[in-house]
Amino acid sequence: MKNNDLKMNEKQFRRVSRRELLKLTPVLALGAFAVPKWQEGLLKKGLGFSDWASARLFRPGHMATTFSNSDLTPFAKFPINGYDVDDPGVIFENWTLTVSGAVQKPGEYTLAQVQALPRFRQNTRHVCVEGWDVIGRFGGARLSDFLQLVGADPTAKFITVNCADDYYESLDMATALHPQTLLCYEMYEQPLTREHGAPLRLQIPTKVGYKQAKYLTDLKVAHVLDRVGYWEDQGYSWFYGL
Amino acid sequence: MSGSVIEIIQGKAKPKGDDRDKSGDKDDKHKEKAQAGATEDKVEPPAGEQTVAEGRASQPEVCDGDVKEEAIDDEPVVIGRAVYEHPFIVRLCHWMNAVALFVMVGSGLQIFRAFPSFGAKIPQKDLLHWPKAFAIGGWLGGALQWHLTFVWIYLGTGLLYLGYQLFSGNYCQVLFMPRDIPGVWPMVRHYFFFGPKPPVREAYNPLQKHAYTTVIGLGVLSVLTGFVVWKPIQFSWLGWMMGGFHYARIWHFAVMWAILFFVLGHLVMVILHGWNNFLSMLTGWKKDPEY
Repeated sequence: MKNNDLKMNEKQFRRVSRRELLKLTPVLALGAFAVPKWQEGLLKKGLGFSDWASARLFRPGHMATTFSNSDLTPFAKFPINGYDVDDPGVIFENWTLTVSGAVQKPGEYTLAQVQALPRFRQNTRHVCVEGWDVIGRFGGARLSDFLQLVGADPTAKFITVNCADDYYESLDMATALHPQTLLCYEMYEQPLTREHGAPLRLQIPTKVGYKQAKYLTDLKVAHVLDRVGYWEDQGYSWFYGL
Repeated sequence: MSGSVIEIIQGKAKPKGDDRDKSGDKDDKHKEKAQAGATEDKVEPPAGEQTVAEGRASQPEVCDGDVKEEAIDDEPVVIGRAVYEHPFIVRLCHWMNAVALFVMVGSGLQIFRAFPSFGAKIPQKDLLHWPKAFAIGGWLGGALQWHLTFVWIYLGTGLLYLGYQLFSGNYCQVLFMPRDIPGVWPMVRHYFFFGPKPPVREAYNPLQKHAYTTVIGLGVLSVLTGFVVWKPIQFSWLGWMMGGFHYARIWHFAVMWAILFFVLGHLVMVILHGWNNFLSMLTGWKKDPEY
């Protein structure tokens, strides 16, 4: 410790001080975030790193906490987040889900075909990017069962969906195959209402709210992502796994 | 450190005025102004302990760094004590963390603006409307970009700091230990109740150690609560300890205010203790310390 306790004159003191001060110059690199030209790119990189970390933190076999019926948020207090309109006016009789991409059986699928798959009901937490959360009861078919039905290529990396209200979203395959990821047609054991995305929506307990697209019309299995998602294009995180 | 010792001994041998060419006109102006007031210091050329005592007596003048530096420049025989108080990694982490914390708090408050409540969404009762002027990111998405970028800098410097302190043994300087407990009350009495100043024996007094140890703990908690808010499912076991996602969000917010409370006190103390003390966090070296 004696080396750290020295006698020196002013000039020597200034010399060592200056040299030690210069060592701190790496801190100035953070100033890059203040340069308007670089800011957007740097933040995009930072968010991308967070998404990369998110994907690695995601455990396919780890289930979201499920709750008892007494923990449920009353249906009337389950928020409706409309992107465009609360009801894009889907005509149920004509509705089909158009499946395309890396699948063996592309084409139009009816709600009855989705409902013919084993039905799962789960009480899970719905977390909004804004910070609020509610617990709802959801029912539907596992997306993984549906992907099997349409003969999806297991090596494909992404699922993209389009919606009747022009919303669009995409998912990583690991999340799509998660047992709690549902093609949801039921809430609180009742058929999905129009405000909540009838006739078919995504319900993904392991993702934040905006990933759970409503009013599905198209589902594509993709090796390459051509469109990311409505909110992601505004600057939100793509993976945003919970 | 041995490197810098040699450096200093060599420095003694060098002719004076060595740095003159490097200092600009600005310094010369200072010098003229300074000459009159600062000559007192260099009149007697005492050595060793006496100088230390002198330095302590003239503490207020030391605050004006420029003046003193220039005045003594012509008198290299004046010897004072200097202590290397803050190792490089500690200083690096301190300033990286200062920037990261500023961004984390600013963007965090913008994120909070999206839902300024800890209650239900329906009906929503806002807790406080934080002014946009004291927030970073402009909107929720922008703030999340800042928050999810700087968290890695915040976490990285935090881990580097903890790792360094642990493996270098430097943690003895800052960690509040049971032996520090008796010194707390005299310090509190001095700071808040005009009590006598207890003798200074090391870089940090017991109350400082208590504050720094606490804020390091708060820093760890800010990361842990933040990770639960970000990934309540992957960190469900941690979330369970905090009472679930909903409570983790409240803890995260509370920890932020606790850290801000520390920062406020820290800044007040830095201002009160003056320039010499502040410089030591930039250069590592503290001139004529009180201990």
